Amino acid sequence: MKVGLVCPYTWDVPGGVQEHIMGLAEALIGLGHQVSVISPADDDAPLPDYVVPAGRAVPVPYNGSVARLAFGFLSASRVRRWLKEGGFDVLHVHEPAAPSLSLLACWVADGPIVATVHTAIPHSRAMHAAEPILQSALEKISGRIAVSEAARTTLVEHFGGDAVLIPNGVSVRKLEKADPLPGWPGAGGALGFLGRMDEPRKGFAILLRAFEILAAERPGLRLLVAGHGDADEALAKTPAWLRDRIVMLGQVSDADKVRVYHSVDVFCAPNTGGESFGIVLAEAMAAGAPIVASDLDAFRRVLRRGQAGLLFPTGNAAELAAAAGQMLDQPELRAGLSAAASAAVRDYDWPVVARDVVRVYEAVVPAAGRLVVAPQ
Amino acid sequence: MIDAIVVVVVVAMVGVYVSWRAGRLDRLHARLEAARAALDVALVRRSSVALEFASSGLLDPATSLLLASVAHDARSAQNGPEGGQGQEGGQELPESDLTRALRAVFGQPGFRSSLNGTEGADELLTELESAAHQVFLARKFYNDAVAATVAARRRPLVRLLRLAGGAPLPEFFEIEDSLVGAGESGQGADMPHLTG
Repeated sequence: MKVGLVCPYTWDVPGGVQEHIMGLAEALIGLGHQVSVISPADDDAPLPDYVVPAGRAVPVPYNGSVARLAFGFLSASRVRRWLKEGGFDVLHVHEPAAPSLSLLACWVADGPIVATVHTAIPHSRAMHAAEPILQSALEKISGRIAVSEAARTTLVEHFGGDAVLIPNGVSVRKLEKADPLPGWPGAGGALGFLGRMDEPRKGFAILLRAFEILAAERPGLRLLVAGHGDADEALAKTPAWLRDRIVMLGQVSDADKVRVYHSVDVFCAPNTGGESFGIVLAEAMAAGAPIVASDLDAFRRVLRRGQAGLLFPTGNAAELAAAAGQMLDQPELRAGLSAAASAAVRDYDWPVVARDVVRVYEAVVPAAGRLVVAPQ
Repeated sequence: MIDAIVVVVVVAMVGVYVSWRAGRLDRLHARLEAARAALDVALVRRSSVALEFASSGLLDPATSLLLASVAHDARSAQNGPEGGQGQEGGQELPESDLTRALRAVFGQPGFRSSLNGTEGADELLTELESAAHQVFLARKFYNDAVAATVAARRRPLVRLLRLAGGAPLPEFFEIEDSLVGAGESGQGADMPHLTG
């Protein structure tokens, strides 16, 4: 099948939606489909050969923060040309309610259009004001996919109808094997954390309290942290003796991120909420890391109700310390959890997820006919 | 006897002075209120025209959606805070966001010529340009009035005698309102105008 994927956010800056599209595109190509992705990007940006740049994204205030989007008549004509030259069997837009390429693609195309909604949309009143503008473009979508229950709920609330739930994928192939970072995990054991330190719902503060409890009894234990945020600010309340045993890597490359998962004895996901799927958790599972995670609905589902990783009551540092301590003391428990995680994550492997997406394409194409580009 | 006359004259002079100062403060407050009202009108007009432009069908849906959502946020902030935030601080950010979005939309190369000949486009563009200019002027005059009022109220006599009563000290209204990017035509451009 010839598939045209539309990415609304700039390819030059990494993000969840871009990673999703990259994973999907590569999995579809692996399954033998022809794929072209159009994305905001500089014309001279280094891009994979399946990505077509739609010109530089413009930073604009949107939904309470600054987003880098592509809009306007020039972007629209680029999308039109890409659609005409592509001759796709199906058009698959991502995040169609964002004011960017996906919405423009819905505007200029007619026929089999599939859309994936990634985020729960928080600004419902602003959406209401924009509804007439969105409605006419979104009406053309014949198959809707939501990556999470939360995303599906917003979609249904805003636009009615229903959506198929197909979760995010992870690329197990890219994650399952990597060398630990030099010197890790070390004889004294190591805990790991990945995510923004300065975002309270990621739960880094809870992990710090648990680490303090554990480190007092275990002289060699260290904590490895990767992710965006001000290290000094995050550790401001941490006693000095403890600080020496915390290694902050800051923002890491994709390759180093994989190595972080392989560098720790216990991977901690102390999130307090707001996580609709937990891509970090799924990546850690794919890397075979033994996991201890908050007992959030989404995490419980991904970790098979505790079989593929221990769960602790959300927000409770003492319980987190107890669970992590148990794992540190029992190598056979860790090995068992690691094997169970590797097995459970197969459901989220991109080739498996991409097959579900292809089923949606196949359901939509016969009914919607050929993809055509509306005259200017 | 002479002493008594001197005392009476001094008391009378002090009284006249104080009442003159109080009257001046009163006039400053009246000017401030009028300037604030003018600023509010200008802001409402700007967001209304932006919203009208967004729903005019002249623009592509992505641009329309972007403009509609920022204009709507600005309108909501003008109608008063809902989350219990301070009114001033709560309004400045959405108004600046509207400016930035307008700047991004109008800053596209060839934007104006892409609308050439489209029915109604010229009128809307002109109206938006004039609404943005109104905001620029009204904000300048309002901040002028704030500065004058604050300076008058900082005077020791005014503070000692509490001539301003319990009125809260006015705050400057700080937003981005130039539709020309800071780097493009240099600082101090007095006329905001739509480029492209």
